Amino acid sequence: MKFLRTNLVLVVLTLLLFGVIYPLFIWGIGLFFPYQAEGQPVIKNGQVIGYKNIGQNFTEAKYFWGRPSACDYNPINAVPTNLGPANPALLRSIQQRADKFLKQNPGIKKSEIPSDLVTSSASGIDPDISPEAALVQIPRIAKSRGIDQSSVKELTQEFIVKPVLGPAHVNVLKLNLALDNLIKKD
Amino acid sequence: MTSEILGIVVILLLMIVLSYPLGKYISKVFKGEKVWTDFFAPVENFIFKLSGIDPNKEMDWKENMKALLKLNLVFFIWAFVIFLIQDKIPIWNPAGIAGMEPSLAFNTAVSFISNTNIQHYSGETGLSYFSQLLVVCYMQFVSAATGIAALALIYKGLAQKKASDIGNFYNLFLKTNTRILLPLSVLVAVILLLNGTPDTFKGPQTIKTLQGDTVTVALGPAAPVIAIKQLGTNGGGFFGPNSAHPFENPNYFTNIVENVDILLIPMALVFAFGFYLNKKRLGIMIFIVMTVLYVSFTAAAVKFEVDGNPLIKKIGIEQATGNMEGKEVRFGPAASAFWASSTTVTSNGSSNSNHDSQTPLAGAVDLINMMVNSIFGGVGVGFINFFMFLIIAVFIAGLMVGRTPEFLGKKIEAKEVKVAALIILLHPFLILVSTAISSYIASINAHTGWLTNPSYHGFSEMLYEFTSASANNGSEFTGLNANVPFWNIMDGVIMLVGRFLPIIGPVAIAGSLAEKKYIPESEGTLKLDSYAFGIVLLAVIVVISALSFFPALAVGPIAEYFSI
Repeated sequence: MKFLRTNLVLVVLTLLLFGVIYPLFIWGIGLFFPYQAEGQPVIKNGQVIGYKNIGQNFTEAKYFWGRPSACDYNPINAVPTNLGPANPALLRSIQQRADKFLKQNPGIKKSEIPSDLVTSSASGIDPDISPEAALVQIPRIAKSRGIDQSSVKELTQEFIVKPVLGPAHVNVLKLNLALDNLIKKD
Repeated sequence: MTSEILGIVVILLLMIVLSYPLGKYISKVFKGEKVWTDFFAPVENFIFKLSGIDPNKEMDWKENMKALLKLNLVFFIWAFVIFLIQDKIPIWNPAGIAGMEPSLAFNTAVSFISNTNIQHYSGETGLSYFSQLLVVCYMQFVSAATGIAALALIYKGLAQKKASDIGNFYNLFLKTNTRILLPLSVLVAVILLLNGTPDTFKGPQTIKTLQGDTVTVALGPAAPVIAIKQLGTNGGGFFGPNSAHPFENPNYFTNIVENVDILLIPMALVFAFGFYLNKKRLGIMIFIVMTVLYVSFTAAAVKFEVDGNPLIKKIGIEQATGNMEGKEVRFGPAASAFWASSTTVTSNGSSNSNHDSQTPLAGAVDLINMMVNSIFGGVGVGFINFFMFLIIAVFIAGLMVGRTPEFLGKKIEAKEVKVAALIILLHPFLILVSTAISSYIASINAHTGWLTNPSYHGFSEMLYEFTSASANNGSEFTGLNANVPFWNIMDGVIMLVGRFLPIIGPVAIAGSLAEKKYIPESEGTLKLDSYAFGIVLLAVIVVISALSFFPALAVGPIAEYFSI
């Protein structure tokens, strides 16, 4: 009986403290920061069309494309490929993506394809690409939208983040939203 | 690349600088001295009163271990039952998540009570918010506190001049939760929240993307769970991809915070050893031995990942940023490899990249880290494992100089050396035997569907899984499709044995040492804080680990390295 009382009461009370009160306390702080606590939603015309940090699948020529994804950017099933470095399946898919990219982006040499555009991310919903991966897509996007390469380039430069610590990167969703707005302004 | 290398140097420096004062604070908490968190005392006393515990009652090692095991049994039952029936609980399940299959519930319950946090499910689709908070979040506190309290018992045992009592487990357990884990978790959870880690009870949101696709985005009360996940060497992620998920680890700043958290308490506990026993020099010597191993392994892993995959280079793709398969752009290969090594050197097991897609020798570093399992290690238990190596090193050094080995003024005799040797050998035994069994099954049955990768890498996937289970690490080569009864049950049993025997054995040694007569230091005493002993210690760790594991590594990642 002593065993039951000691352990059950201890577990129930600590459950309350660390399983209920602690998370509810943090949740309560989150009420003062609803934008962050809701995962930083991106709103367009009153509708949530995405989340700042959750990558989306862009396949149309007029948009910047993100990285290959093992789950086609399905955030409820976010997974990596799990392919080992010597797996023939990995090397085959990289080869195929490179060939496809060259076809869709004429004038680009194979050695100019940034590796992040042919390798899959860890989360399957990587929101970012490298600056090189953005720049290399500019001719295709400008052509598809019938606008000047220089204006797309100018916009892209604005969205390149070059931090003091950590790699430079570009948020694909934010850049594409700005791209759509750029056309409207014209 | 400069900004990436600078990034990981900053992480390393922050860990060391922050863990020193934390170690001093932890030592005070263990001793029951005055600290700024004394305002928790009324809450703690209320809990003790209601549960009929006298926190000041000193217990010997056997009583303490009985208390630890009984409490953990209750943890297990709670976790197992909730996972099974989570669909029947009327609150906090907006997505309507189903109950777990029994072998998965067993695996997951053991995984969380043993501070391992191997996950054969994906948080988005496998757990209700109720389970996330009242099992996952809760267990990540109490399993971490169990390990730290066990270590505190050992410190007390080593400090005793001649008495059988080594402290009160309940007291140390609760104070570790309230005074060490809770304040740090609140701080980290708020940082994550402000940077975009969700904290909401809303269910998954279905939205139309910019390009017009319909997708469902999983949300949840993630920030508080992720904070304790990083701090308590837990690693049980809220979302499937763990800290590679942009919600779980939104940017480089949060990556710094989360990576520092992985080592913060394990490093602090080494300093706490020095403060607690008033042997600061010895504490720092041990810290240096561990740091030498940690930094050299980590630097190697970073180099392999930054160099990239030679087979991708052969295709004609330049890898200016290194091996990007299974990496996130916002972290890059340097910070990813640094994390991978940090999370395996401790028994954290969270990940910000996919370990399965690492270059062969970077994957080998993860494996070696978990095989050694005592360089900082899991909170509490890492230093406990290291304590076993200390006993063996003292014994060997004693033989070399031809004197009865002594450790902190206590004679090390046959009994202690036997227990230490058995505990050290248990780890390779669990890993190698189980890997051999699974390899045999996979070799006679080509259709198990276990392995995503063929050849050497497939073997590495199995070796990694059992190494992670025995080390109570929790990271995985996730290409192993482990959510089947064989893996769920094998893993579960290994996690249990690999958790509790290496706690009980060392605490028993500490209990035995506590009872022995204290012999004051003399001219002939082996100086533990000398360089010579540091080198013997380093050699003992390296030689024992290499002898145990080199053959297995040769068949897995090393063979893979030479094949490409």
